Amino acid sequence: MAVGKSPVRKDAVAKVTGKARYTDDFIMPGMLHAKYVRSPVGHGIVKSLDAKEALALPGVEAVFTYEDVPDIVYATAGHPFSLEVDHQDVADRKLLTKHVRYHGDEVAIVVARDPLTAEEAARKVKVEYEEFPVCVTHEAALAHDAPKIHAGGNVIKSHSFEVGGNLDQALSESDVVVEGEFKTPVVQHCHMENHTAYAYMDDHEHIVVVSSTQIPHICRRIVGEALGISWGRVRVIKPYIGGGFGNKQDVVLEPMAAFLTMKMDGAPVKLELNREECLVSTRTRHSTKSRCRIGATRDGALKGIDLDLVSNTGAYASHGHSIPSAGGAKSVNLYPRNVVKYSALTHYANIPSAGAMRAYGSPQVIFAIESAMEDAARAIGMDSVDFRIRNVAREQDVNPLSQKKISSAGICECLEKGRKMIGWDEKRKQYADQTGDVRRGLGVACFSYGSGTYPVCVEIAGCRLILNQDGSVHMQLGATEIGQGSDTAFAQMAAETLGVDYDKIHVVSTQDTDVSPFDTGAYASRQSYVVAPAIRKAALELKRKILGHVREMTGKAAEGMTIAGGKIVNQNRPERVVLDLAEVAIDAYYHKQRGGQLTADVSHKTRTNAPSYGCTFVDLEVDVPMCKVKINQIINVHDAGVIIHPLLAEGQVHGGMGMAVGMALFEELLIDPKSGWVHNSNLLDYKIPTFVDIPNLECAFVETVEPTSAYGHKSLGEPPIISPAPAIRNAILDATGVAVNEAPMTPKVLFRHFSQAGII
Amino acid sequence: MFPIEKHHMATSIEDAVRALAEDETSQVIAGGTDVLIRLHEGHGDYRNLVDINKLDELREIRMDEEGNVLIGALASFTEILEHDVIRKHVPVIGESVNTVGGPQVRNRGTMGGNICNGAVSADSACAALVHEVDLVIQSPEGERVESIIGFHTGPGRVSLKQGDLLKHFRVRPGNYKGFGASYYKYAMREAMDIATIGCAAAVKLNGEKIGELRLAYTVSAPTPIRCAGAEEVAKGKPLTQETLAEIAKAVEADVRPRTSWRASMEFRLHVIRTLAQRVTRQAAERAGGTF
Amino acid sequence: MQKQTISLTVNDKKFTLDIDVRQSLADVLRKQGFTSVKQGCGVGECGACTVLVDDMAVDSCIYLAVWADNKKVRTTEGECRNGKLSPVQQAYVDAGAVQCGFCTPGLVMTTTSFLERNRDRKVTREEIRTGHAGNLCRCTGYETIVKAVEKIVDVAEEE
Ligand code: FES
Ligand code: FES
Repeated sequence: MAVGKSPVRKDAVAKVTGKARYTDDFIMPGMLHAKYVRSPVGHGIVKSLDAKEALALPGVEAVFTYEDVPDIVYATAGHPFSLEVDHQDVADRKLLTKHVRYHGDEVAIVVARDPLTAEEAARKVKVEYEEFPVCVTHEAALAHDAPKIHAGGNVIKSHSFEVGGNLDQALSESDVVVEGEFKTPVVQHCHMENHTAYAYMDDHEHIVVVSSTQIPHICRRIVGEALGISWGRVRVIKPYIGGGFGNKQDVVLEPMAAFLTMKMDGAPVKLELNREECLVSTRTRHSTKSRCRIGATRDGALKGIDLDLVSNTGAYASHGHSIPSAGGAKSVNLYPRNVVKYSALTHYANIPSAGAMRAYGSPQVIFAIESAMEDAARAIGMDSVDFRIRNVAREQDVNPLSQKKISSAGICECLEKGRKMIGWDEKRKQYADQTGDVRRGLGVACFSYGSGTYPVCVEIAGCRLILNQDGSVHMQLGATEIGQGSDTAFAQMAAETLGVDYDKIHVVSTQDTDVSPFDTGAYASRQSYVVAPAIRKAALELKRKILGHVREMTGKAAEGMTIAGGKIVNQNRPERVVLDLAEVAIDAYYHKQRGGQLTADVSHKTRTNAPSYGCTFVDLEVDVPMCKVKINQIINVHDAGVIIHPLLAEGQVHGGMGMAVGMALFEELLIDPKSGWVHNSNLLDYKIPTFVDIPNLECAFVETVEPTSAYGHKSLGEPPIISPAPAIRNAILDATGVAVNEAPMTPKVLFRHFSQAGII
Repeated sequence: MFPIEKHHMATSIEDAVRALAEDETSQVIAGGTDVLIRLHEGHGDYRNLVDINKLDELREIRMDEEGNVLIGALASFTEILEHDVIRKHVPVIGESVNTVGGPQVRNRGTMGGNICNGAVSADSACAALVHEVDLVIQSPEGERVESIIGFHTGPGRVSLKQGDLLKHFRVRPGNYKGFGASYYKYAMREAMDIATIGCAAAVKLNGEKIGELRLAYTVSAPTPIRCAGAEEVAKGKPLTQETLAEIAKAVEADVRPRTSWRASMEFRLHVIRTLAQRVTRQAAERAGGTF
Repeated sequence: MQKQTISLTVNDKKFTLDIDVRQSLADVLRKQGFTSVKQGCGVGECGACTVLVDDMAVDSCIYLAVWADNKKVRTTEGECRNGKLSPVQQAYVDAGAVQCGFCTPGLVMTTTSFLERNRDRKVTREEIRTGHAGNLCRCTGYETIVKAVEKIVDVAEEE
């Protein structure tokens, strides 16, 4: 049995010894380096551009401007292509632009023989701008006299749904209706490896792009689209990647790299962003403003949730309205037995573009809902955990939006488990009526999420298994390892179904779109759920072929045999070894009369989507005069179905919690509302938590068995980031009586709220 | 790769001073934790460097025969905070520099650079101010001594002239003996951050009362400052909550915080008042007092 | 362009190199094939480029290569000897402290120096955290890294 154990992850040794190669670790002779010329103004149009001085610098090869790029408007969001035209992503940018829409926008690019020269030359390109009024906030962007950022105006899209009944009626049946306004910040992924890519040509036709991407196959298509060339001419290679968190589920650099190599006669051209550029000119998380109402009866029945959310996508749409759309839909799985009304609107603004980021809209939506749930529990005088247990999803509930039955739901058990682990009931009593400078509080919040994007997008995955001569197995996937450990989990799945040892599965970690099976990549916490059936099918097929060859070799019926521990054994008496797999393999390859290379190559489309669940419990203290929060204990409890690799699963949970603590207490990209200037585009001023800012992180699992899943498992990559922020907000409320309805809850923000509340 | 145009590795203090005096565009580079960052940003003012890293005589930390504590300009923060002389006699200097960046930055960054770059947030500045350290400076004309009081002349500015090289800091016995001192760095993170407000206090007791209070802040005025008004108020007062409240009140007149994107004036002022109480109290307790 | 010759050892191997004075130690090491030295910021804010110079952890992105003249430099490539992981590397593997791995080489070196500096004393979890605060990791929430370090240091009982 390989599933459910924690074997050493496939890439661990490569990574601790420094042998794992990332995009920047490949260097080609004659490699050129490119650097963007970026707009210092938040909104405007280029009046004049003079590259003479830059071109005169020794080592500068070329400067390209918005006049030199293809006249093609394309979309960058890393979604699978959609056959439905109105589902396709918003195409709103060219490779370079004359109309600059945020501070950092790209008007020209310099190519030089070394990075320093490229940088110095980019500084020497003289650009004059005519400045336009800037709109940064929701209010400014949606004002009717707001300057148009794109020709179609500033609203990208809006939608709404009302399910499970009628909201007005539900609220009228409620004993209390609470209402609050909530704000979530622009935060950034801050994967440790910045965006980087290089491209070169093998001949006059084919372009090779090596990139730190989560989505090689999608990337190939978008490079083709952006350059107006057929997709088959593009080959994308993805080596190890230093984190992505959604920011590399967007095609940011690759089309430009491909364009430049075409311009430079196929010479390798590298485009590597520095941290400052990565913070401003890749993607961010959408900031949101929302109004949430919740109605409940005194006995604890949740009657209705009403959420109205405005989402700021910044200068270019990228994932745009898909974010609040997904965030709203995925949250319906949490409280399915009441009315849910949701409306959302997405608009442009003169700030960095927002795209996909871990949990894709859910942290914003759940921050509002779970904060309002806390207020509702308090208003009806019910314990916050009890109130949630009473209303969360149970197995066999029907999701009123998708009309699909919820076939596994462990959220009740998660809440019970977390309550025990943190000592909720005792601490509740202990922390009642806190006074003094330092006050303690408890908080809880829940979430639901999906396992993939179906039915909004196609869910296609591919797996190829090859039996090697020595009886080991090579495994190729289109799904990408981005640090989450998917190579390891996939190898476990294959080992499990095929009956060979985990160590005998060699995973090809690099994706190469010329070679790897088709798969759309790492996002939406989809991979373990949607790739598993492809792996399972491929493993079963390979197994069938192996046993078929054994029959040819031995004349014995294949039905009585199976593979276990890398050996062909008697199905009923596994201690009876028929043949070693290596013997079968070598025979299949080299016997002159029979056999052949034994392989399986499977493409699979998943047509289900299982909700996953979980919750966060927090015990914290607030030093009121210092306006500082210290987390004493924080626990995430997850229902992610069957846990494939407990150690890796915990790692995912810790990572999400750490990032969530960042969003809750530390991080925000600060943008000047007048100029659109980003104040803190470096890791000193953009405060991701350090070792001493993150508390000990605890996690636990409630293992349900999801019937639609190949191995009983559900999503886990993104979910851990969703519930900590509202749990922290609720605990601060518990400690101080002050509802801080905005993140991040930094000392500055707490100062404002505490002053208003009169507690300092 | 940094846009350095000229790099001179100084072979002696005299050589460094000569190189600095000869070319008015030249700048000292010591640990590099500040200068190299400015170069990374493409800054034009740091392209001509006089490198003092080979001048090992500037690394020394010791006590001289007169009981002065000497800290070489090139001593790293780590060397300072781990040194016995510092731990024993001026521990607040060690505590302060322990709040700089993270371990790697402390292994390279120097107190010389921290003070001489004139940063209004310099973590060692408060401790230097409460201990009224002297700066021993070499110039082409010879050696001179300046006090830290008045050394900072404006944001990012100090009273060094082209050709000056700080050799070491000197803390006179009268400025540390009998004092209890404390530093608190108020920042948004507990490491790798710059101070929103830094505050140090040194207290000398006179029986049960405050004999002398020295209170210093960073990021509370255009330069790191001492708080004459609050210090005056504290003189002769008993160790009580009321005294702390009076100090916190008085300090408002000593400081001139401003609003920036990092923090508002009101918020800074609140932190300044809060720290006045907490840091003074801890300094007094370290001097042996009880509240 | 100002050139200079420096001699140094990297992972016990001698190198004599003609370098450009504008280069950082990280630039030079990467060029020599020590690509474990990562760059996450280039300004001393992330620790991904941490190496040991004379056994002291520094951010090699803000350490001029000329300063490495006559010094002994260590990177994570050299910590694994004859195919055997160092105790620090092994602890990272066992604790599940590796995810995307981009921060890992720098962290391995920070832990290596932390371990060597605290050989004969007990350390607290808090000291582990402050001792590693110059390295950012965005994947792990630091939890498993702290646990990896606890596997190999003498841990003081917390009160
Ligand atoms: S790359 Fe050196 S500290 Fe970030
Ligand atoms: S493992 Fe990815 S940054 Fe640490």
